[in-house]
Order: sequence, then C-alpha cells, then structure tokens
Amino acid sequence: MNAISTTISRLGGVTLLPVALAALAFVLIGQPSSWVTLTVAGLAMGMMIFLMASGLSLIFGLMDVLNFGHSAFVSFGAFVAASVLAALGSWVTGGSAALNALALLAAIGAATAFGAVGGWFFERVIVKPVYRDHLRQILITMGALIVAEQLILAVWGGAPVAVPRPAFLAGSIVIGDVAVETYRIFAFALGLGVYLVMHYALNRTRIGLLIRAGVENREMVEALGFRIDRLFVAVFMAGSALAAMGGAMWAGYQGLITPAIGPEMMILVFIVVIIGGLGSIEGSLLGAILVGLLANYVAFLAPKLSLASNMLLMMAILLWRPYGLKPAIKG
Amino acid sequence: MNAILRLDDVHTDIGQYHVLHGISLDVPEGGVHVLLGRNGAGKTTTLRTIMGLWRARKGAIVFRHHDITQARTPDIARLGIAYVPENMGIFGGLTVEENMRLATATGAFDKARLERVMALFPAMEKFWTKQAFALSGGQKQMLAISRAIIEHRDLILIDEPTKGLAPAIIRAMIDAFREIARETTILLVEQNFLFARSLGSTVAVIDDGRIIHRGGMAELAADEALQTRLLSLSLAAHQ
Repeated sequence: MNAISTTISRLGGVTLLPVALAALAFVLIGQPSSWVTLTVAGLAMGMMIFLMASGLSLIFGLMDVLNFGHSAFVSFGAFVAASVLAALGSWVTGGSAALNALALLAAIGAATAFGAVGGWFFERVIVKPVYRDHLRQILITMGALIVAEQLILAVWGGAPVAVPRPAFLAGSIVIGDVAVETYRIFAFALGLGVYLVMHYALNRTRIGLLIRAGVENREMVEALGFRIDRLFVAVFMAGSALAAMGGAMWAGYQGLITPAIGPEMMILVFIVVIIGGLGSIEGSLLGAILVGLLANYVAFLAPKLSLASNMLLMMAILLWRPYGLKPAIKG
Repeated sequence: MNAILRLDDVHTDIGQYHVLHGISLDVPEGGVHVLLGRNGAGKTTTLRTIMGLWRARKGAIVFRHHDITQARTPDIARLGIAYVPENMGIFGGLTVEENMRLATATGAFDKARLERVMALFPAMEKFWTKQAFALSGGQKQMLAISRAIIEHRDLILIDEPTKGLAPAIIRAMIDAFREIARETTILLVEQNFLFARSLGSTVAVIDDGRIIHRGGMAELAADEALQTRLLSLSLAAHQ
C-alpha cells in the first residue's frame, strides 16, 4: 500500500485518480464517441451527487451529526422544483430561452430556499436535542426521514411525477459523431460553480476559516471565543439547501420522480462522503466525480457489475486510505 | 495580593466519576503560578473546569468580578482568558497564519504585537504559510502559545507545555514564559518540577482532586522533605 501511495503522490496525488480512471476507461471502451458521452454523463452525475454530498460531509465533519434524514431534503428539493416547473409550464416549454432560464432559476431557487428553511427547522427541533448522542441521532433522523416521506406522499401522492425540462436545456450538442446532452453540461457547470463558491467561502472568509477549524477541533474553536452552535445552524442550513438543490437537478435529469428519489441517492452520497473524507469539500468533489464516472463506465462495460462497482470502489479506497482521499483533519 | 481568579470549593464530575473534590485556589494577578501534581491528580480537569469545558457541579469560579462557574466557554474566553490544552489544540489543516488569525477578535493582526510574538518564536515567521500539521512537536507548542498571546489576555491557562519536548526547546519556553509573564498572568499546570521551579512565583499542589499545599515556589524548592512528601520526588535527584 505504501508503494502505491508513494507512486500516486509522485504522479500528482489523488486528484489525478479521475484522470487515471478516464484513461483506463478510454482503453477499455475503445470508441472515442461513446467514451466522451459516458465521461460527460459521469461528470454531470458526479456534480449532482457532489451537491447532495458536500453539505452532508460538512455536517458530519463539523457537527459530528449522523444525519440519516439528509435524503429528505433531496426528495423535497426534487418535488418543490417539479411543482415550480409545472406551475410555470408556458415559461418552461416556450421558445424564449430567457423565460426558460427564469423558470429553471425559480425552480432551483425555490428548492434551495425550501432546503435552507427546512434545514433550520430540522436542526433546531430534531437534531439539537441529540447532539453528542450518535445512537439517538440515527434513530431520530431516520424517524424524521419516514415522516418526511409520508409528507411527500400526502402532498404529491405516490404516483411518479413528471418533471418538465426547460426547452433551452432539451436536446444535445452534436460535435462530429459525439452527442452530449445540454442538461448534463448545465449540471456540470452548476456543480462546478457551487464548488468554486464553497471553496472561496471556506478558504477566503472568516466564517470559512471557523468552519474548517471547527471540523478539526470544535472545543478549541469555542476556547478561542467563538460560538460554534451558531456555526452549526448555518452549516446545517447550507448543507440542507445544497441537498435540495442537488435533488432539484437530479429530478430534471431523471424526468420522472417518486418519493424514493432521495433515499435511492443516499447510498451513493454516503459512499462519496466516506471516500472523500469527512468534512472535506475537495474530498467530496473528488469522490463524487469518481463515483459518477465509475457508475457510467461500468454500466456500459459490465452492466451486471454496475450496482457493486461503487461499493468495491469504497472498499478499495478505505483499505488504502482509511480516512478518505482528502481528509479534512490532518496530523 | 489581588486574586485575578478564585476557585471556591469546586467539585467536578466527569461522567460517573467525581474528579475534583472541592478545589479552592486563588491565582494572584501577574507572574507565573503553578499547579503541580502527579498524573490523574485533577490538574487538567481544573483547567477545563475554569474554561467551562467541563461544568462544575458545585462551588464557584470567579474571574475578576465575573462569576464564570456556569458560563459558556466562548464567553469565558472573551473575558480575556486564553487556554493552551495539553494536546495544544492546533488546527493541523490550517496554516500557521490561519491558526493565529483565528485567535484575533477581528481577524486582523496588531502589527506591533505580531512582531513581538515573532521575536519570541522566530519559527512562526519561518513557517507562516505552512500547514500546522507539518510542524514539529516543539513548533506546535510555540504556535499554541503564540496563538494565546497574539492579543492581550489577562490570564493564560497552560497545560503541561513541556510534555515530550527536548531540553533545548524547554529552555526557550522558559525564556518566552518569563517575557509573557511581564504583561499577563499565567496559570501553569506541570509535572516537570525543574521547569515549574524556574518560572513559578507561587505553587499549589493537587492530589486526588484536592489542593494539598499552597505557598511560595521558593519555599517548596528549598524544602526537599516537603517535595518528597507532596510530590514523591527529590529535587536533588533531578539535578
């Protein structure tokens, strides 16, 4: 294992893992057009998973909270966005790209705002009483997830709900014999944009500095005179908002959603958080891209292995790096 | 002499264990005051109770005129108490600069003060942009102390700063603590009697969660029989 670590570090570190995976897939797939399509699909999927996972990673890392209710925000985000898009039907399907974009913005904005407000309520009412008690956290957040799913069933019903895709994101961009869905490019760009904003906020602002310090040692942040409980609320709201944004984007990607949309994604989200390293945004991005790419490549090359592929990836990475690819806590 | 910090019959439980059994202690303003005791005597628990990291079940802790017995840790820190824990509490993923910036109230450094800290611990300037996890044990301790003094504090609580450090670094620490004690009060928890003796003006000895001796450091240093009785050590054997 040490020899592998040393070799990878010499070649540029774990950041190059997605590049290595893509290069290997290029050899195995053999058809450049299929490889480009699968790679873009993997990157887009990875970015949407990143949106859902990054908040959970910070919540785990900073607050030491095992939030099994995180997927409720993914589901709510998907359904709120679907409802807004359905309500703005003519804007969504009309020929005006500006109105299309406004409808999409309204849907994502409503989902994100719902996630933030819901996150505030969830933290204050459900999570706060069980800080420092992991067993109760698991039980109460699982319970809250069940309640949230029933609420979705009560409001939107159990039948699959169609999610209209804004006209300006329908279709594909064709270059030669390569076709890339426009929505995937948008999903990738949005995820990248969110990552850059988070990276800036965490590395260039005082609140970001406090969050990074809090992930490492909450007690010492308090001993320096800062109220970490206020940070908890802010991080929980941001994490829930990002999950809802990810849910909204995933709903548009799927086109048809059910109340199980959130829980279905949570296995991948947990894998990303674990292999990336708790509390690490860079780790979440790296893990999400690896998971997205691997899921698409394996589904093409060996469909029967696709379900197991990400579990195998997690096992391999944890054997190699038990604290994840880019752990936030050092030394 | 005025006490900057007063503990009166403080009892602290950790889980089901009753660790502090009525600690009463006055820390005079100015200078270095030492809390000595063997492993498990309750030294760290005393400091953590003062900082509000563990709650006193009974008794009172008064800092200046503020009763901080049940105050939150951040509020206690903002009253002007800095804490350097035994594990140093360094944020390894942050740079030396970021570690120190976190200890400022506004996020901005007082330039003159920063220069004084750099003069005390030149390694901080050298490793300013390095992530703190890459520092050696001695450098991490210097960073922890630099962070405690980057802004004026009335009282600094320091928990076993010499643990695991090389003699040369301990000598540098002694010089630094003498300089720091010119403007602030230090409550130092130690097991290293030679280090404590070279700095302390007063000493309290703690055993089994109780203060069993208080007095001047000079008297304890001069009385080998008392050292043996209180600390089970002979200073002569250390020389």
